[in-house]
Amino acid sequence: MKVRLVDIAHARSGDKGDTANIGLIALRPQWYELLAQRVTRERVAEHFRGMIEGEVERYELPNLSALNFLLHGALDGGGTLSLKTDAQGKVYSTALLRMTLDVSDAEAKRLGLPAMS
Amino acid sequence: MKQIVRVAAGQGFWGDDLDAPRRQVEGGPIDYLMLDYLAEVTMSILQKQKERDPSLGYARDFIGAIESVLPGILEQGVRVVANAGGVNPRSCAAAVKAVAEKHGAKGKLRIGVVTGDDLLDRLDVLIAGGHNLGNMDTGEPLSTVRDKVLSANAYIGSEPIVEALANGANVVITGRSTDTALTMAPLRHEFGWNAKDWDTLAAGIVAGHIIECGAQCSGGNCLYDWQSVPDLADVGYPMVEGSADGSFVVTKHPATGGRVTVQTITEQLVYEMGDPRSYITPDVVADFTTIKLTPDGENRVRVSGVKGRPPTDKLKVSVAYQAGFKAVGTLVYAWPDALEKAKLADRVLRERLDRLGLRFDRILTEFVGANATHGPLAGDQTNAPEVQLRFGVRGSDRSAVERFTREIAPLVLNGPPSVTGFAGGRPKVEEIVAYWPALIDKSVVRTSVEMIQ
Repeated sequence: MKVRLVDIAHARSGDKGDTANIGLIALRPQWYELLAQRVTRERVAEHFRGMIEGEVERYELPNLSALNFLLHGALDGGGTLSLKTDAQGKVYSTALLRMTLDVSDAEAKRLGLPAMS
Repeated sequence: MKQIVRVAAGQGFWGDDLDAPRRQVEGGPIDYLMLDYLAEVTMSILQKQKERDPSLGYARDFIGAIESVLPGILEQGVRVVANAGGVNPRSCAAAVKAVAEKHGAKGKLRIGVVTGDDLLDRLDVLIAGGHNLGNMDTGEPLSTVRDKVLSANAYIGSEPIVEALANGANVVITGRSTDTALTMAPLRHEFGWNAKDWDTLAAGIVAGHIIECGAQCSGGNCLYDWQSVPDLADVGYPMVEGSADGSFVVTKHPATGGRVTVQTITEQLVYEMGDPRSYITPDVVADFTTIKLTPDGENRVRVSGVKGRPPTDKLKVSVAYQAGFKAVGTLVYAWPDALEKAKLADRVLRERLDRLGLRFDRILTEFVGANATHGPLAGDQTNAPEVQLRFGVRGSDRSAVERFTREIAPLVLNGPPSVTGFAGGRPKVEEIVAYWPALIDKSVVRTSVEMIQ
């Protein structure tokens, strides 16, 4: 079945120059492993294809049940140079939450994942 | 030594709630009031103010803040630490002194002024001495924009603030101190942490990171269960209750709105994060993967386990420089076919600019309501009730940007139908002050502390 990130995680994003960061946090600690396994650097780069010009980096914070993504070249130059509405990457976080994961029914049941509404 | 030291945040940026400092002092016992005024481009705004009037160049909101908490400082012994000094900490201190005297508190404030972060007058000597201040993102040397530089400040750490506190300051005013040092320094002073107590220093930095954006850790801008966050109209600003071992509790005053939970703190911890193992500050490198969060009762979260390691031999420098001009114009198109109408208007506008021979470094079109924040991820929006065309240009030629601003309104009569939302008039031309992050050897930056009674 399909699981939406918005149903299993929350997130906050911010900026450093032309780089946006997204902290993705599992809504329950037991869902962190699923995020760590499935929301890979490659998957996130693919998700944002056409929206960012640079690389994606990923860092793990199992202590906070969180992953941190750096999206380079995401802010049209960033800061005051940027012409974007979201010049400081404040809502990139919510765009990541649109991602869906394919999860086997058995795993979904084991983890108590909410089905896509 | 105190068992618990309370550091309360009363300002997360210049322009934050003016009443928050007073509410923090009056809402319950605190030892320190921490006020962070400086965002990345704030220094350049202050530099421009100083050029117009040499007695300015600091965050003037701070004077009102001091006025509002003066009884707390004088009667309860609250000490204030703020980076309100901007590019003119001495004038800021003089203004604080004047406002205290106005309220009959002559000689009762001991103001510690931290200087030495301002590198503007030293830039040419530094560059000549081999410090190229290359842009951390692009690698370009600062010499490429040298004639456009407005301000240059090193981010300084906790040492001079601790020194001012040790000298008995009840108000400490800095220029471009790091946001986190404003919280860590009082804890370091009270608990006597030395310069190599990496773990406790790192814990103080984590405390600073959590509260430096004010209510953004206590329910503001919190996505987790946002519908149920209580009373944001009276949101409680955060404070830390620090202990000598570095552990601390984040909380807020009773009977205030907002919320402090593991989730609200976690969202703030990941805000503007880079490599979580290396949160670099002038004092210490903190490892955010070692942070342990534990619920500690209602609106209380305990933070422990933080590890740190020695800092680098560099300081970050924030340079602001003039980078041309920009303007953004908007028009709103209504159903049916709102998005298609806005797209046609975009094409017409681009052709007009082309025919006028206007050249820009950058043109960006967004369709607000369709793709501005989520791009193609937002999916099909052909049935949107309305779409805002948002058209921005940027370039070094002010007159070209100015000419562009006159091309929006004519589209109302000359372009696609069902258009509105132009009552605001012509777009404004903005002068761009851009941010140039660089590194410099620590050894060339010398801070000093002056005490003013």
